[in-house]
Amino acid sequence: MSKSFKLLPAAVLAFSMISVSSAAELTGTLKKIKETGAIVLAHRDAAIPFSYLDNDQKPIGYSWEIANAVAERVSKELNMPSLVVRTNLVTAQTRIPLIQNGTVDLECGSTTNNVERQRQVDFSVGIFVTGTRLLTKKTSGVKDFADLKSKNVVTTAGTTAERLLKAMNADKQMDMNIISAKDHGESFQMLQSGRASAFIVDDVIEAGLMTISKNPSEWAITGKPQSVENYGCMLRKDDPAFKKVVDDAIKDLYKSGAINKLYAKWFLHPIPPKGLNMNFPMSKELKALIAKPTDKPAESL
Amino acid sequence: MPGGRLECGHARAYLEDSMNYHWNWNVFFQPTGIGKEIYLDWFVTGFGWTVAVALVAWVIALAIGSVLGVMRTLPDSKATSFASAYVALFRNVPLLVQLFVWYFLVPDWLPESAQTWFKQDLSPTTSAYISVVVCLALFTAARVCEQVRTGIQALPKGQSHAALAMGFSRVQIYRHVLLPQAFRIIIPPLTTEFLAIFKNSSVASLIGLMELLAQTKQTAEFTANIFEAFTLATVIYFVLNMSLMKLMGRVEDRLRVPGLMGGK
Amino acid sequence: MDFSQILPALPGLWQGMALTLQLLILAVLGGVALGTLIALGRLSHHRLLASAAKLYVNYFRSIPLLLVISWFYLVVPLVLQWLTGNPSPVGPFTSCLVAFVMFEAAYFAEIVRAGIQSIPKGQAGAAYAIGMSYGQVMRLVILPQAFRKMTPLLLQQSIILFQDTSLVYAVGLMDFLNTARSKGDIIGQPDQFLLLAGAVYFVSSFAASALVKRLQQRLAI
Repeated sequence: MSKSFKLLPAAVLAFSMISVSSAAELTGTLKKIKETGAIVLAHRDAAIPFSYLDNDQKPIGYSWEIANAVAERVSKELNMPSLVVRTNLVTAQTRIPLIQNGTVDLECGSTTNNVERQRQVDFSVGIFVTGTRLLTKKTSGVKDFADLKSKNVVTTAGTTAERLLKAMNADKQMDMNIISAKDHGESFQMLQSGRASAFIVDDVIEAGLMTISKNPSEWAITGKPQSVENYGCMLRKDDPAFKKVVDDAIKDLYKSGAINKLYAKWFLHPIPPKGLNMNFPMSKELKALIAKPTDKPAESL
Repeated sequence: MPGGRLECGHARAYLEDSMNYHWNWNVFFQPTGIGKEIYLDWFVTGFGWTVAVALVAWVIALAIGSVLGVMRTLPDSKATSFASAYVALFRNVPLLVQLFVWYFLVPDWLPESAQTWFKQDLSPTTSAYISVVVCLALFTAARVCEQVRTGIQALPKGQSHAALAMGFSRVQIYRHVLLPQAFRIIIPPLTTEFLAIFKNSSVASLIGLMELLAQTKQTAEFTANIFEAFTLATVIYFVLNMSLMKLMGRVEDRLRVPGLMGGK
Repeated sequence: MDFSQILPALPGLWQGMALTLQLLILAVLGGVALGTLIALGRLSHHRLLASAAKLYVNYFRSIPLLLVISWFYLVVPLVLQWLTGNPSPVGPFTSCLVAFVMFEAAYFAEIVRAGIQSIPKGQAGAAYAIGMSYGQVMRLVILPQAFRKMTPLLLQQSIILFQDTSLVYAVGLMDFLNTARSKGDIIGQPDQFLLLAGAVYFVSSFAASALVKRLQQRLAI
């Protein structure tokens, strides 16, 4: 590290002293990024409209753009104009181990910040607020969770919804047959093919998936929200320097009002791949979060 | 020595710090938070499903594979080409693709009433189980077929000629002369296929059947003790495989054909 | 069934196939190299080395490939991080490649071992008698002949490996199958894309097997 320290011109050196820290003092993820010249951003394949693949297999979405805003900020703060952004596909089940084991540096998708996960990873300030509900066929007769007794239901492995559903099943002896699919795309396929009466996951994900269904009008999101899910970007634990850069980048989006444009682009306008509009206006919870960003876990909201 | 112990604790703390990981080998005895289960229960259930998939699929594979193997040695060219086409199809498409076809596609091709039954009346676990068993059975049958054919063709032609001369029918020749010997010769390669079906059953985890690998991943995900969970799964698979190998070795010893190079 | 969406998706699918082929070729080269070393270890007179090699083969032949892939993708980087003190991003491609090399080496080793054992002992004896070292005997006399005999078997195992690469689906690496699945999901025609993927695997494996069979006849001594 000391080598690159010497190579830095004095002006840049002085600048970097007042921004994050000099290269010699870099620790954790920032040090890794500086040394490897690259930041690895995680993305999902069907967490629509947060982080998913377009027709050219390129990651896109609301959270994906937030992740890129972070990468931009990192490149500025580390004075690395040629910072390489690498992408890495993750699933709900692999995202935490891959953050922990150093494969990816930052995961902005649809990951709920909760106490349990905070034992393993850290989260940025929140980027979205939602709740777990049901997606079902309008004709299915399912109105709320109580109607799921003895039914086949699907959820995505590794999500908070999966735990919630399994615990609910055991506690209330609902005798549901729960299937945990590998990702949201597969869960939705189970629902569409009639394998499951309902798909349980965050309502906004359900609304996103409806945009890729053959006939969006045959689906309904229903049921009382079972939880508060506040999404955050996930990063390695105990890495305050990197966390500060991530938080600052997101807070900047909030302060500058850029978030409103970003939100409108993904939730109020037609989105790829089919060009359908989710028409999902900003909730008052999210407005509150943007006004007062916090990285508190879902349980304390 | 207190000093030594302190250092040990230090090293451990350092290790946990640098790995960002909290070792906990007791994790298997901790409650899962779902019902009254502990994590070890998940592994037991998973092991049960693995065995249930593998054994049932194996019995079917052996039956279908033997019939196909015989067909490939018949003089009837229609039977032979059917069996060859079967083998070509099932050996040249990846197992995972076959599984997806059985699980996602085939049910949609059923008549309406059967579709409703399969998709809604059956629990998802049962329908996933049926798909996996059918998939593995037909996949493995292609391999068994090739072994049976090799076994039959390895027998001297004179045997079936002699039997034919004695007035045996074709069915009798296969039943009393060819198959009993062929099976005894091919026990080693069949053992390989038998062991493979246990390992291949892990693809079931990809369609949500909670067999051993799926339970392992779920435990890793719930507890964050990924190292411990994967280690236990590896040990279970290893011990299972070694025990089956020993068992099949005994069977092979018992059934060796006297007079052949491998015999006593 | 409506297959209309497949044509515009072909370039993306080709990217997936390119990754599959890259993985295949590197895994075969690495697997055969490591497998040969392990086979030599198994045949060595050094008892410790021989039993270590045997344990390796038994170990990797006992556990499912899917489990090996997960180990290398999720757990091994954690161990590396502990060893180096830094996050050591291995990445899905390298993780899967290493997993395939280590796993397939156990299978290739058995083929190579059988190949070496099929060479008459007298040849090695004669080579030693004219003063060759162990390395020379293996490199110049035994292995070239063994490989000639084994080539069809090694190629057949590689065709199996070609199909097995589809298991990287489990860790989300965008190989051919995963690309097809993901495109199918997004476009809303998962069935068509799955059938297409199956057909492509079938045609390529079938053609490759036919070629191997012809090669086998030509190489027969």
